Amino acid sequence: MAAEIDDIIVSERSRDVQRKTFIRADNIFKAVIGFFAFLVIVILVWLGIQLYESSQLAFASGGIWRFIKGSTWDPVTGVFGALPFIYGTLLTSFLSLLIATPLGVGTAVFLAELAPKWLKRGLQPLVELLAGIPSVIYGLWGIFVLSPLMANTVEPFLMDRFGFLPFFTGYPLGIGFLTASIILAIMIVPFIISVSTEILSTVPVPLTEGMYALGATRWETLKKIALPYAKSGIFGSIVLALARALGETMAVTMVIGNTPQISKSLFDPGYTMSAVIANEFTEAASANYLSALIAIAFILLLVTLVVNAVARWLIWRTTRMK
Amino acid sequence: MSNSNDINSGIVAQDLKAFFGNIEVLKGISVSMQKKKVTALIGPSGCGKTTFLRTLNRMHELARNASIKGKVIVDGTDIYSPGIDPVLVRRKIGMVFQKPNPFPTMTIYENVVAGLKLTGRHSRKELDEVVERTLVQAALWDEVKDSLRKSGASLSGGQQQRLCIARTLAVNPEVILMDEPASALDPISTAKIEELIFQLKDTYTIVIVTHNMQQAARVSDFTAFFYLGELIEFNNTRSMFTRPQKKQTEDYITGRFG
Repeated sequence: MAAEIDDIIVSERSRDVQRKTFIRADNIFKAVIGFFAFLVIVILVWLGIQLYESSQLAFASGGIWRFIKGSTWDPVTGVFGALPFIYGTLLTSFLSLLIATPLGVGTAVFLAELAPKWLKRGLQPLVELLAGIPSVIYGLWGIFVLSPLMANTVEPFLMDRFGFLPFFTGYPLGIGFLTASIILAIMIVPFIISVSTEILSTVPVPLTEGMYALGATRWETLKKIALPYAKSGIFGSIVLALARALGETMAVTMVIGNTPQISKSLFDPGYTMSAVIANEFTEAASANYLSALIAIAFILLLVTLVVNAVARWLIWRTTRMK
Repeated sequence: MSNSNDINSGIVAQDLKAFFGNIEVLKGISVSMQKKKVTALIGPSGCGKTTFLRTLNRMHELARNASIKGKVIVDGTDIYSPGIDPVLVRRKIGMVFQKPNPFPTMTIYENVVAGLKLTGRHSRKELDEVVERTLVQAALWDEVKDSLRKSGASLSGGQQQRLCIARTLAVNPEVILMDEPASALDPISTAKIEELIFQLKDTYTIVIVTHNMQQAARVSDFTAFFYLGELIEFNNTRSMFTRPQKKQTEDYITGRFG
């Protein structure tokens, strides 16, 4: 009897020890992953502070607002204003989203709901491949294929038919906001397709069957069940695409024309924040010039954060349950 | 009641075969199920009873590689003859699924009128009426009348299933197919669903798949026993459970297999 009790006590004790080891392992694990998570924030904040400090010279005359609102960029006389670049980045990003969203969501719907299995299996890896192509290759294609096409066919056509709209006026150069936006759209559309297809494929079969059983057509089932169910994921894919569009440098630099101007016409050349940094960083001989470029980088960081935050807020607002 | 032997019955299957790819899961079913009666489909798992149910409103063909041969005649019309729109068939022949599947992105109210809204514009008043009438019919009205704007997913499993029944009733079908409608529910909810079936059969032709023999005995007028893709026996429920004609039927209902 006593021996048995002893046994129990021993086993209790060893279990205690075991539990303590588990707890310790748990705590170590927690600390490690907590550190990694914290690191993300540290890097972001550090980056922001560094950029901000290095841009002080650019903000010195008149502060950050004056720099943002300045529409002249003249390194020769040392006048630096960021507005044309902010304009270029926002315009091309949103225009590309405007083109890519219907294209991407439409393709995703086709792949997830309508395409036969063999076609889906064939197309999906291709789409993912498209997302992985280095942007300089898109840029080259833009210069040698898209740009002539735009200059000779698309832009004259738009001018002819829609010339009464201010953004389809000017001279069809084939290099400018519109061409850059189209290149961007082609680059971001795979993200939208890929994620949205994945999300649409997760719509539970019982839900779609429930709708079919009520006498719904394919389109009605898609509209009333699948798309509302997948809404937040599709929005997510669009935000992901927007993030890429905002930061995309190489391909845009090659086709936007690199002219710091704010123009209503989409045919006109422009400039984006990332493009000006990449292009002029090596030429920035003076401290002022360098600081102005870093200030652009700082603003690009801010714009990216703000746009992402707004997009996320929009997702949250439209998808929260009633 | 007197016309229970009427030949002009509600649903007639004629040599109905169903396939998944090359696999024949229904091997020539011929049976006629009467109007405004409850027909129970029983049989062990994989016997084809659910597939048979799904051929009755052309849901079977929604699955990949699924196809059928034969006829299903509902009120004198073969629903598989060319030129018949499966969408219209499904509007006339409603279906309640095994697992409650209210639409999670819709409110209770929207769930009920989801099918109705497909059939054109309806006035607010009309929709309100349908919602109340069908929820009353589905014995759910008292529980949800103050929370019609809540998500359908916020209800309990049994309530969700009754919501799905109300949703099916709202499109005014003639036939209601039920695929083990109570198998995912607790005993009290099950009893409620069974009571509901009892009331609905005055108005609708009901075909119900069930795993539960007591349930078949309780709710149905006729019973069909399926085994390995074939219809082994079809009879009125009382005879079936007291004097089964076939050995396999007897073995199954006495619990010797399945």
